[in-house]
Amino acid sequence: MTDAIMATGLVKSYGDVTALDGLDLAVPQGTVFGLLGPNGAGKTTAVRILTTLLRPDAGQATVAGLDVVRDAARLRARIGASGQYAAVDDHLTGAENLEMVGRLYHLGTRRSRERARELLTRFDLTDAADRPVRGWSGGMRRRLDLAGALVAQPPVLFLDEPTTGLDPRARAGLWDVIAELVAEGTTVLLTTQYMEEADRLADRIAVVDQGRVIARGTADELKDQIGGDRVELSVTGRADLEAATRALAPLAVEDIQVDAAALRMTVPVTGGAVALTEALGRLAAERIAVRDAGLRRPTLDDVFLTLTGQGTGKIEETVR
Amino acid sequence: MNALKLAAADGLTIARRDALKIRRAPDLLGGVITLPIVFVLLFAYVFGSMISLPGMSYGEYLLPGIFVMTIVMSSQITGYTLTQDLQKGIFDRFRTLPMSPSAVLIGQTVSDVIMNLASVVTMALVGLLVGWRIHSSPGEAALGFLMLLLFSYAFSWVTATVALALRTPETFNNVATIVSFPIVFLSNAFVDSARLPGPLKPIAEWNPVSTLIQGARELFGNTSAAMPVPDVWPLRHPVAASLLWSVVLLAVFVPLATRLYQRAISR
Repeated sequence: MTDAIMATGLVKSYGDVTALDGLDLAVPQGTVFGLLGPNGAGKTTAVRILTTLLRPDAGQATVAGLDVVRDAARLRARIGASGQYAAVDDHLTGAENLEMVGRLYHLGTRRSRERARELLTRFDLTDAADRPVRGWSGGMRRRLDLAGALVAQPPVLFLDEPTTGLDPRARAGLWDVIAELVAEGTTVLLTTQYMEEADRLADRIAVVDQGRVIARGTADELKDQIGGDRVELSVTGRADLEAATRALAPLAVEDIQVDAAALRMTVPVTGGAVALTEALGRLAAERIAVRDAGLRRPTLDDVFLTLTGQGTGKIEETVR
Repeated sequence: MNALKLAAADGLTIARRDALKIRRAPDLLGGVITLPIVFVLLFAYVFGSMISLPGMSYGEYLLPGIFVMTIVMSSQITGYTLTQDLQKGIFDRFRTLPMSPSAVLIGQTVSDVIMNLASVVTMALVGLLVGWRIHSSPGEAALGFLMLLLFSYAFSWVTATVALALRTPETFNNVATIVSFPIVFLSNAFVDSARLPGPLKPIAEWNPVSTLIQGARELFGNTSAAMPVPDVWPLRHPVAASLLWSVVLLAVFVPLATRLYQRAISR
């Protein structure tokens, strides 16, 4: 299998701020690659370089075999991109939007019109097709935006946080579409902050922090990498949360993660069900009421928080 | 496709989009039509009743000035629309498309010159109602309208350049208002520039707005032998000078705006 996206040593800085600090990526054709990272990690900068919008200060990258700097003009005809904000024209109807994009890909008037109708049908937007986009819902606009990225049937697709701000149903709908595209052979590079999204869609994942890849692998590999079971608990009050953190500290094999707002805590343990029983026993002894408790494998959230070191910072902040 | 053909084809696509936008947001067109009507009536009746000129009616003298004032104001729509679009999603799509880098600007300026045509026609019709007349041949009059539209097209590129440098609609509006009023009023639009005091006189005489107005007056036959033309080259050859100004503005601001646009979208 050849790599549809290849990047080596990408560097980009804005003044004193280093957005990318030697980023390497390789995405095999026909797979979904997830780029995970906190805000400001350099995900969007990476996508902008790979879609020819920014020139890297150093390093090089090819997409679909074309160099992102030297062959930028030709490359643009072979990629589709859909961003965080729906790139649609409010005053035009859905059909007019897609036709315009088709014309700008130089498909010709007739083909542009046909392609617009095909995509509107595929994305279930035929009812609204001839209404100005201004009155559309957020989910519909995002579907139209994704449709816009697909007008020229690009072999490589870049999705920068495609479902940020969507309701769960709209998100699930978009996931289905992306899965279909991949089944047809499209290569997708996806950035997201939703671990569930990466878990469900991405064949391989790279965790990016401070402009560099700090871990890569399949979702399972990454979860194994940080290892261990977790006891998840939620309690009924803020005071209980602090008491519970103290009571369970001896059981924890790593830092306890606390979500103060949700009154929830995650305790890394060893020993599975025994640890859960032990934890509940300790809480009962302290007379701490438990609203919900469970044992689970690490999620990508845990991977993310552990690897980017955000978990520990958060605990200190919230418990104190 | 070569670069020029690409720019023309993509520019046309964008112009279509802008035309659709005007149809969907008629307030824009309404402004371009109603404001000139207000200008013509206001200036013709307010100033017209106060000012008398040797050998001709003030209304005849005034209307070419109103034409040019409106063109200068309406051409700012290009810049304003660009600053608004820059903050909206559709530019994110344009960024990723294999389109000509000047297409958005070509499309926008072309659709705005069409709006300017609509407002010039409106002003001419209202002008005829309040007593303005064309005293020249139809050919000269047609050339007069073409000269106005060419200048308005060139001036749209100027406002596009300013807009792309300033980026936000609020800043653009402030700057445009502060700059455009002196440009229009320090001219021969409303008063005979020969009668302006001290340093204002040469400014008004060399102001390209004065040149264009003088050119329009000559081509529409709105001149009077009793009002001598100041002895400066652009006012003595106003039609040639106006065309020259338009060409110079285009030669400078088309490349400048295109470069700024490319920089604006690759952030």
